[in-house]
Amino acid sequence: MSINYLTPEFVIERDRDRCIDCQVCVRQCANLAHSFDEEDQKVVSDDSKCVNCHRCVVLCPTRALTIKRNPLEFKENANWTPKAIREIYKQAETGGILLTGMGNDMPYPIYWDHILLNASQVTNPSIDPLREPMELKTFLGRKPEMLRVEDGKLAEKLPPQLELEMPVMFSAMSFGSISLNACESMARAASEVGIMYNTGEGGLHRNLRKYGKNTIVQVASGRFGVDPDYLQAGAAIEIKIGQGAKPGIGGHLPGEKVGEEVSATRMIPIGSDAISPAPHHDIYSIEDLRQLIYSLKEATNYEKPVSVKIAAVHNVAAICSGIARAGADIIAIDGYRGGTGAAPTRIRDNVGIPVELALAAVDSRLREEGIRNQVSLVCAGSIRNSADIIKAVALGADAVYIASAALIAMGCHMCQKCYTGKCNWGIATQDPNLTKRLNPEIASRRLANLLHAWAHEMKEMLGGMGINAIESLRGNRLMLRGVGLSDRELKILGIKAAGE
Amino acid sequence: MLVREGQVRIPSGCAISGIINKKGELFSGSDIIKSISLMHDRSNGLGGGFAAYGIYPEYKDLYAFHMFYDDTNAKDNTEHFLNKHFNVELSGKIPTRKVAAITNVPIIWRYFVSPRKDKLEESGLSDDEFVVRCVMKINNSIDGAFVVSSGKDMGAFKAVGYPEDIGEFYMLENYKAYIWTAHGRFPTNTPGWWGGAHPFTLLDWSIVHNGEISSYDANRRYIEMFGYKCTLQTDTEAITYIFDLLLRKHKLPLDVAVTAMAAPFWSEIDRMDEDKKELVKAIRATYSSILVNGPFSIILGFKNGIVALNDRIKLRSLVAAEKDDFVYVASEESAIRVVCPEPDRIWAPRGGEPVVALLEGVETI
Amino acid sequence: MDRIPDSAKRKRVYAREEVCVGCRLCEVYCIAAHSSYKNDLIKAFKRSYIRPVPRIVVEERKPISFGLQCRHCEEPECVKGCITGAMQQDPETGIVTNDEARCIGCWTCILACPYGVIMRDYREKKVAAKCDFCIENGGEPACVKNCPNEALYIGDVRESCDDAEGGPDK
Repeated sequence: MSINYLTPEFVIERDRDRCIDCQVCVRQCANLAHSFDEEDQKVVSDDSKCVNCHRCVVLCPTRALTIKRNPLEFKENANWTPKAIREIYKQAETGGILLTGMGNDMPYPIYWDHILLNASQVTNPSIDPLREPMELKTFLGRKPEMLRVEDGKLAEKLPPQLELEMPVMFSAMSFGSISLNACESMARAASEVGIMYNTGEGGLHRNLRKYGKNTIVQVASGRFGVDPDYLQAGAAIEIKIGQGAKPGIGGHLPGEKVGEEVSATRMIPIGSDAISPAPHHDIYSIEDLRQLIYSLKEATNYEKPVSVKIAAVHNVAAICSGIARAGADIIAIDGYRGGTGAAPTRIRDNVGIPVELALAAVDSRLREEGIRNQVSLVCAGSIRNSADIIKAVALGADAVYIASAALIAMGCHMCQKCYTGKCNWGIATQDPNLTKRLNPEIASRRLANLLHAWAHEMKEMLGGMGINAIESLRGNRLMLRGVGLSDRELKILGIKAAGE
Repeated sequence: MLVREGQVRIPSGCAISGIINKKGELFSGSDIIKSISLMHDRSNGLGGGFAAYGIYPEYKDLYAFHMFYDDTNAKDNTEHFLNKHFNVELSGKIPTRKVAAITNVPIIWRYFVSPRKDKLEESGLSDDEFVVRCVMKINNSIDGAFVVSSGKDMGAFKAVGYPEDIGEFYMLENYKAYIWTAHGRFPTNTPGWWGGAHPFTLLDWSIVHNGEISSYDANRRYIEMFGYKCTLQTDTEAITYIFDLLLRKHKLPLDVAVTAMAAPFWSEIDRMDEDKKELVKAIRATYSSILVNGPFSIILGFKNGIVALNDRIKLRSLVAAEKDDFVYVASEESAIRVVCPEPDRIWAPRGGEPVVALLEGVETI
Repeated sequence: MDRIPDSAKRKRVYAREEVCVGCRLCEVYCIAAHSSYKNDLIKAFKRSYIRPVPRIVVEERKPISFGLQCRHCEEPECVKGCITGAMQQDPETGIVTNDEARCIGCWTCILACPYGVIMRDYREKKVAAKCDFCIENGGEPACVKNCPNEALYIGDVRESCDDAEGGPDK
């Protein structure tokens, strides 16, 4: 037996003056990092098991714990960083691909943080959201080029639309990658706030059918859980071609996470790995996508909008143009910062492009081709706060998807160990001991709080720009200025530099 | 080096005024000049203009092109273009008188034209669409040439200066029209370019506008999908194109177009009855990028009448009045009373509520 | 949540076992609330020679767990069985408390209690310790206040077990 070269990533520091040996930490750590020593009658910790999820830190009644990065240092090396070295140790140890959870954490530029917003002064008044109406209502779906009105009435009904009270939706997270309680929390919050949540590729659990009005059901390459009831159950259908975290490959759910409920909902045997194929095996070219879109529309009597979700990759503008012409009503573009329950580290960190650039390119291209009104664009892949949403709308998005932000609101601490199934917060797990930790009452309340807070902030920012309805911000690039960006980046984003 | 409209976006605040005789009886331009000059302090002398309808009764079936040329080269190039595409019945200098306050005068010319039959057939377009395309071509590609107006039996007269000086410069007291609109400008830059003044026209649409729209880029990027090119980067240009798109191309009723531009709030829509609610919801969903945000009061002029409109939360002033066959709209009540001291009725329209004055006998636009 | 003296309704603490995470923070805060250092957890634990006894105990058989304390029964067996009259029930609120001055530590109440929620407390003299609805803390039970997952809540006394949220009382 040879030695493991991987030293602990984190150290657990316990302040003995504050620790009362109540053993709450012992009971709460799913990774068994804390234990009670009967002989010494005190709680002890094993650093090597800690994943830095902060469960013990948050629950400790006397705040006796803190987790720090292991101060153990390699000799300084700008090229062979500790991360690079450790990854090799891991692979030498296991012979397997590196797996990780959540989104790309590498220090690539974040374009949202290089974009600044306008405020109206002198030539145009800002509007006070406390005293004037400020409207965030958004419609997603195909819009006709013109309306036909006869005798003061609408002569031809609009194609099916999704009506959102604010331009935010919960992005696709499958039941299986996250717990049923987490799905239920999002369904409830979406219902309360008046937006949508997305089933992800895990199918729709029977307990959640009652939230159908606020549900987008997803048809992914594995076609898990897809049957006529499923398609009818939601308000819209989304074809998942790809996701930002792992463009080019399909979803991955390890067999350990496939229990009875997951098996019944996905319609697969208990304990079997649910590995979605990389492409849809009936979509090998754009015309095949058109066929699938219309099959789904036929199956649901043309009553529901069909959305297509893609990852942001190099020729995303051309791809979206094709998708719009293939009959999609909504296109969701997922940037490389998108989160996931499990993905190979190399794919997550190296494949895909930032959604800010993708969104700007797609919006411009669709307008150049005169087809922008045929689809609604939804932007995803790390929307972290309300300012990101405003900037996304100004670049051209109709709405945004949030996922990591929603999980964080529910308790996620971004330890990136979702693939182990041992999520201490009850989110990315199917273990009943852990899933009960996520109380849907509390979690849905927190999600609704987050959305209300963001809606309020968005109204403040809109008012500052002299706008009182979100549709007047959509594609309004003159409200943005870039700072610290190259000419090329400014050109792709279609915005001016600050000072111009 | 100062840049002009089109190279940079120049916001401005202003004064507007409009008078229509509903029976179509012609009256001279002196009233409108009086009205707009009362609002002298709303401008800063950097732009002004007038639109008049019914001024060329002898040529009323021909398109009247009013042109500005920076130099004779531009004039030659444009005339070459015009001759290729149109039959030019008459052309000549627009008569002006020397006014000390008006300087840097370009070459100002007018032509009375009709599309050449062969060119028209070749293009497969309607007369109006043909003219629109040619106007856009001249403005975009012939350097130093600018089409001021291109409607039938109407014309726009504009310059850099105070509107009352401009009225004097063009000798507008000699023209007789059944609709007059006027504008005085207060831009926040000093372009010194005549073409940037209001009104902005397309065919027989003319717009005078007071305000600055915050939704400009959202509006522009939507209408550019339909072939319009917003080369001047002004709000007025965008608004004119919006009206052209909704009223001429999409043939929507006026109230639908106004609803799209200055839509009621959702709280009000929820209280409407089912049919109306369905219609207004569909308008807001389909024409969401046409909603105009930010303060504006505009007067849209066209051959059959005028429409005056405020933004949905009434951030600019607009007053309307009626007396006998006349309807007046202006930024200020005093500007109306100076030409009509005792109107039968005078009121301030609500935000989003249009004032529509059509010629007698005309049902719609 | 109503504060006890002015309430006309009778209140009890109920558990939602489906969200109880088995952390036993309820026990920790119960201990502190009944110690000499009600507001200082660290001192309550470190300065007590013998650690106080919690009056709520988490019953567990994974994955099921829930906190269980005195049910303040309508007809309390412990009061009937008490030979000194230390166990008393407040006629208005129905809360059963133990007068530690009179308690002689005979443990009859412990034998009588059908729920097993009375504890033996050896701190100073032998007494029976049980949930007193935190009456001395203004009637805001510490276990309910500090449960991190809202697995305990104050509810009106139920007519029958079947009214319970999430199933019959255990």
